[in-house]
Amino acid sequence: MTVKSSQKSGDSIVESILNPITKTLTNILDVIFGNLQKLIGPTNMAYVFVLPNLLIFGVFILFPMLLNFWYAFTGGVEFQPQNRPYVGLKNFQQLFECESFLDPNSCREDIFWRGAYNTAGYVVVQVVLLVAISLITAVILNRDLRGRGFFRSVFFYPVLLSPIVVALIWKWILQENGLFNGVLTGMGFDRVQFLTNATWARFWVVIMSVWAYMGFYTLILLAGLQAIPAQLYEAAKIDGASDWQQFRQITVPLLRPTLLVVMVLALIRAVQVFDIIFAFTRGGPGTATLSLVQYIYEIGFASPARRFGIASTASIVMALVLVIATLIQLRINRDADAA
Amino acid sequence: MTTAGKFLTNTRGGKRLHITDILSYIYLSLGTIVMFGPVLWLVMSSFKTSGELSKFPPRFLPYKQEQVVLEGFDEPLDVYQVTLEDGTVKNLVQTKRIGLIANMIDPENPDEVFKVPIEDRVALESINFNLDNYREGISSFNFSRYLRNSVIVTVLGTVLTLIVNSMAAFALSKYKFTGRDFIFILMISALMVPLSVILVPVFLVMQKAQLLNTLSGLIIPAAATPTGVFLLRQYMLTIPDELLDAARIDGASEWRIYQQIVMPLSRPALAVLTVFSVMWRWNDFLWPFLILSRNELFTLQVGLQTFQSDLTIQWNLILAMTVLTLLPITIVFAFLQKYITTGIATTGLK
Repeated sequence: MTVKSSQKSGDSIVESILNPITKTLTNILDVIFGNLQKLIGPTNMAYVFVLPNLLIFGVFILFPMLLNFWYAFTGGVEFQPQNRPYVGLKNFQQLFECESFLDPNSCREDIFWRGAYNTAGYVVVQVVLLVAISLITAVILNRDLRGRGFFRSVFFYPVLLSPIVVALIWKWILQENGLFNGVLTGMGFDRVQFLTNATWARFWVVIMSVWAYMGFYTLILLAGLQAIPAQLYEAAKIDGASDWQQFRQITVPLLRPTLLVVMVLALIRAVQVFDIIFAFTRGGPGTATLSLVQYIYEIGFASPARRFGIASTASIVMALVLVIATLIQLRINRDADAA
Repeated sequence: MTTAGKFLTNTRGGKRLHITDILSYIYLSLGTIVMFGPVLWLVMSSFKTSGELSKFPPRFLPYKQEQVVLEGFDEPLDVYQVTLEDGTVKNLVQTKRIGLIANMIDPENPDEVFKVPIEDRVALESINFNLDNYREGISSFNFSRYLRNSVIVTVLGTVLTLIVNSMAAFALSKYKFTGRDFIFILMISALMVPLSVILVPVFLVMQKAQLLNTLSGLIIPAAATPTGVFLLRQYMLTIPDELLDAARIDGASEWRIYQQIVMPLSRPALAVLTVFSVMWRWNDFLWPFLILSRNELFTLQVGLQTFQSDLTIQWNLILAMTVLTLLPITIVFAFLQKYITTGIATTGLK
């Protein structure tokens, strides 16, 4: 209630200031676009409307996408594309030059492979944990409990925090004199250097990211749960279906499309993980939490020898993995649908 | 099995509190601690003095050691509650500490010196929200500059996003023109192309366009959000075409229809996009981090990251600055959480 009324009064103040300005602006713009319309006809105005967005989109997303291939197929140290010699698939060969793909040390681009394995491990553990916890939370929030709205906001709140803030919060409670070590010593254990131990650092990276993102997926799953018509459950009850049967036969199949969306989104984002880990551990200790995107960033921008070809090649490989992983998920879902 | 089943399917709970209801409340309460706890801990820590911050084990609330200024001593002295040998309890001031023995005096009667074993004294403290970290942080961290940059980028970026996206959405929802579907699919498929995949070439484009190290470089490229176009287009599809035709008969230009009919009717969707856009812009890190190298152009996020990766990490200042950085988005959330949650639930996008 209070929110609504305060919004309204806020609106009216803003409007009283903005109205005269927008009116003048409207009239000016109307003259300009009105004349333009006389010139090109009303139907063609659609192109005028779509143009600004398309222009920004084309220049800053579409064109760079195509240019990426140019970098991947050219070599040398030059940044300007016209100065880079064509080298064919050499960058790809270099990236995949390994004696054994299971051992990053045997690869020419060993850090790329470390990043790839770190990211792969992170993706598997994080996505499974994230989807599982989000699903449990959504099912519980879908029950008719007191304070549902409040709890929904509670789980959602960290989603709004920036990756830097999330990383700092966790760094702070995990530091040597931090909350966790205080609890540990209180229970009679020794203090742990959480972020300088490779296993612990990886563990906390997963926990932190699940903490930060779960509210988002919970919300989508909750919307999916609420879209299931209540009549279905009532009908099933009349037919004598048990609660467990109802869950298996109604909830699970009807939630599957939402679950698929959640899994695809979680996977895409997990593969691209960067800023949150970068601010948390900087990829350390050593390269224990270095992600694929951090590798691309480091090799293209942070290292003194800027290797743009390799960086672009690595990002194309990553994009390919993303597309393939998404297609596999969709395929699995289709097969499950058919079965 | 039936318990589990009830737990999983029960959407309209019965009158009496079932065991599953209790379990649910326990889960949600624990969840509240896990989700809010770390943030609350950070906020509390930001009010502690550096001395208090380095104490182990740490405490939740910020405390301040009671101190008094006595004649003959330059520094303020710490006050302790001391149990004397005869059993009386007194508030004494520590003047000197030698090993395990503290020299203490009574402020009322400064001539008598007590020698007290340090385990017999307890520091006299009171809860105190100390703002020094904020004061010092704001001055040493260039906070106002970063805040200014963040606000400019957030406000102008959001305005530009709203204008550009709504114009495109209007064209894509209310006109039939050659290439419409192609453009729409092209834009939506860009959701699959994250910035991280095009880091190198996008940097070149920014360099050629002379947008590196400019605030425009932060504002313009991120304005063509596929999410925004999608969200607004879906909403504008529900506006009846008859309304637009009636206006055309009255002689309104296409621009006037866009600005005076479609835009006001799309206010709910525009509100959702505004909140999203503010959130994206305020929290954005990778893009500004990539294209900014001059300190005076940093946004809060980039500034905070630079500040924390400094070798001599000053946690007391970082904590205060982190709280100031998360404050605006928390306030926005507190007031507009309904918009945010319904927006996400309906579009499935963040």
